[in-house]
Amino acid sequence: MNFKKKGGVAQSIPTGSMADITFLLLIFFMVSTVFVRFRVSGIMLPKAEKIEELKKRRHINYLWVSADRKVYIDDKIANVDQIAGIFYDRRIKDPRMVVSVKCDQRAPYGLISNVLEELRKADALRINFATNREG
Amino acid sequence: MALQRREKSSPEIPTGSMADIVFLLLVFFLVTTTMNQDKGIGMQLPPQGESKKIQKKNICNIWVNVNGDILINLSDNVPLSQLRADLERRMAENELLIVSLKADEETPYDKFIDVLDEVKLSGADKISLASPSE
Repeated sequence: MNFKKKGGVAQSIPTGSMADITFLLLIFFMVSTVFVRFRVSGIMLPKAEKIEELKKRRHINYLWVSADRKVYIDDKIANVDQIAGIFYDRRIKDPRMVVSVKCDQRAPYGLISNVLEELRKADALRINFATNREG
Repeated sequence: MALQRREKSSPEIPTGSMADIVFLLLVFFLVTTTMNQDKGIGMQLPPQGESKKIQKKNICNIWVNVNGDILINLSDNVPLSQLRADLERRMAENELLIVSLKADEETPYDKFIDVLDEVKLSGADKISLASPSE
């Protein structure tokens, strides 16, 4: 008895459009990627409910206060009395500046109050207490 | 003289490895992408040197001590869970109410943020942050 072979069905997955799909994904990730500009390690942000998101990233300036009472501007360590001068210059360059104050949850309020006082001297009045979302 | 034709080289760019390059870039962006955004409690500080005389009855002073205990107007000790309701009641009584928030120098920042968050959640839009030395 002769067994006849069944008509062959193509078993390969079409890969012709693979490049198009990857290009699409690539463009999506290229557009949505934002690089973390500054990072100070060991900062534990507090949690809050009533928070707002900062939109325009290029107007955001970062000020960090660590648990061991050190102050960083962007990611460079600074003295409290340097803050006013530095942020005064930045505010002149960018009047729509927002200062994101990223303080460790263990930092004492007295230091943060001094930092805010310096920001007032520099006329950098729009601030944002960086927090994580509660829950 | 017999001129020999040069051998033609193909003018096409090889695209066979294109997919590999794209995959490599894709993996790079996949790995480096961070979707987190800067978020927090927004505040507008008052300009320096600006002090307004405010009638005492329009101010609601909130003190926060080192342990995070809350005292309103030097008399009422309010737990954090009831602060929002308490402030809502006070604001319903007096529309001009300004909330003045004052914390001890050594109060941990998260205790201060907890209180500020509750004040914001109560709907107060006139919030003053008093410095501990005042």
